[in-house]
Amino acid sequence: MAGASSSLLAPFRRSPFLRRLALIGPATGLVVVFMVLPLLLMLLYSFLERGTYGGVVWNFSTSSYVQFLFDRDLDDSLIFNDAYVGIYLRSFWLAGLTTVICLVVGFPTALYMSLQPRRTRELLVFLVTIPFWTNLLVRTYAWILLLRREGLVDTALQSLHITSQPLGLLYTDTANLIGLVYSFLPFMVLPIYTSLEKLDFRLVEAAYDLGANRSTAIRRIVLPLAAPGLVAGAILVFIPCLGAYVTPELLGGGKALMIGNLIQQQFGASQNWPFGAALSFMLLAFVLIAMIAYALRFGRAKSVLERGR
Amino acid sequence: MSAGGPLRETNPLRRFHGTGTMTLLFFLFLYIPIFVLFALSFNAGSTATIWKGFSFSWYASVADNPDIIRSAQNSLIVASAATVFSTLLATLAALGMDRARFTGTSAIAGVIALPLIVPEIVTAVASLIFFVGIGLRLGLGTVILAHTVFCIPFAYLPIKARLEGMPAAYREAAADLYADEWHTFRRITLPLLWPGILSGAMLAFITSLDDFVTTFFVAGPGSSTLPLYIFTSVRIGISPEVNAISAIMLGISIVFVAASMFIGRKG
Repeated sequence: MAGASSSLLAPFRRSPFLRRLALIGPATGLVVVFMVLPLLLMLLYSFLERGTYGGVVWNFSTSSYVQFLFDRDLDDSLIFNDAYVGIYLRSFWLAGLTTVICLVVGFPTALYMSLQPRRTRELLVFLVTIPFWTNLLVRTYAWILLLRREGLVDTALQSLHITSQPLGLLYTDTANLIGLVYSFLPFMVLPIYTSLEKLDFRLVEAAYDLGANRSTAIRRIVLPLAAPGLVAGAILVFIPCLGAYVTPELLGGGKALMIGNLIQQQFGASQNWPFGAALSFMLLAFVLIAMIAYALRFGRAKSVLERGR
Repeated sequence: MSAGGPLRETNPLRRFHGTGTMTLLFFLFLYIPIFVLFALSFNAGSTATIWKGFSFSWYASVADNPDIIRSAQNSLIVASAATVFSTLLATLAALGMDRARFTGTSAIAGVIALPLIVPEIVTAVASLIFFVGIGLRLGLGTVILAHTVFCIPFAYLPIKARLEGMPAAYREAAADLYADEWHTFRRITLPLLWPGILSGAMLAFITSLDDFVTTFFVAGPGSSTLPLYIFTSVRIGISPEVNAISAIMLGISIVFVAASMFIGRKG
């Protein structure tokens, strides 16, 4: 037995290349078969006809992409329909607004954290990391408790006599935005912190010596050196935000639809798989373009993940 | 560690007006919802948000609910299986990628990181189409398969980081002392790598346990997990029971993340 197994393994002993292949193969193979292939199949499905009860009919058709932009009138002429485009634009707007709010809150927080004593810094990073990893659904649910009519935000504001009647915040764009910022804020703080922690603060002192005031020092020294972290954070917030499903579903309540909800509907109530596949593919295309732009500007694509995690 | 020297903390030049207040507000914003959820899970009353005194009764009702128990069992089965498979594959891949300098290294790293880049809803749609297309019946099996795929990068990154931080000298010393490659791996590399593997496994476990979107798409009848149960309940209406089960999930996540960070750092 031992002899047989050692002769089986002999090629791997001799060839470092074969050994690496055997080690790397299973993980990459699994991702290729169960992620890359499915994405390609999804692209193919987006060019097929819909089946009556879900699924597809194997006939080539561009109707999903036409449906994204146009309604078919009674006489078969195409009329521009802004409903779906509107949901995409709203998602981009909300994702962009979330990213900007996260940047405005995240940068000062990360700057403060990076200038604390080592023990405090470790504690604060730990406190940011906990929500980063905890259940998004449950954290979103907590906001229902806070925002619902007669919920804790209403009760608190009324007992402080700031408002006199329920605000009805839940199921609005505002609730959705609060939920998105809450979900993704840690994704912004951690990469900015990582780049600020490495910053050599003597550069800022040198700027002071040369007559710069604080805001000039931040603008001319700190911000440029923190740029990789700021960009990584913006990507880590913007991309998952764009594809958000849980937050708009629970806090937006059907009125504040985003791309994720629209996609889900095609596989749920609407039973239009090709259109769902087309909507997903368009979302993926936007994300990949953003990632490629980032990679071209800031080096290899994987660095965004290493900065973020 | 700190590039700015010993005066980093005390120097008044290193304070920026308003950043302390912002940090305080940030942490309040981050933690108030979590505390509210925990507090309300101990509410004696039968409405989700009106406080009627302290009680464990909703935890008892969670433990008595057969749907919750079944979903919890499914969650544990899926998370355990996905953790074992993804950690094993990620460990092998990290060892294979260690000090790799051949062409295609960054392409392989890109493939392994792919589940982190593609929006989850897109992966979920693609997985559903693929599973149905190749004729797999949706159920716990498809959920485990999909979870294994997206857990791979979560397990991979801590293991890879640990390997990169390992001085080559240890392994060279073992080779000098006539250890063959297998012995070097078993006696030197693996023990040193162990905290990274454990840390990666815990992150994979928690990622799988917490997943909602992918599970929502590829779970069949009877393979509901805890997040799916919570989502369905919330859509019907919020209740103190949902508070209790949510608080339990949050508690499990916090314990696991803390343990993972502790092991990853100290080990």
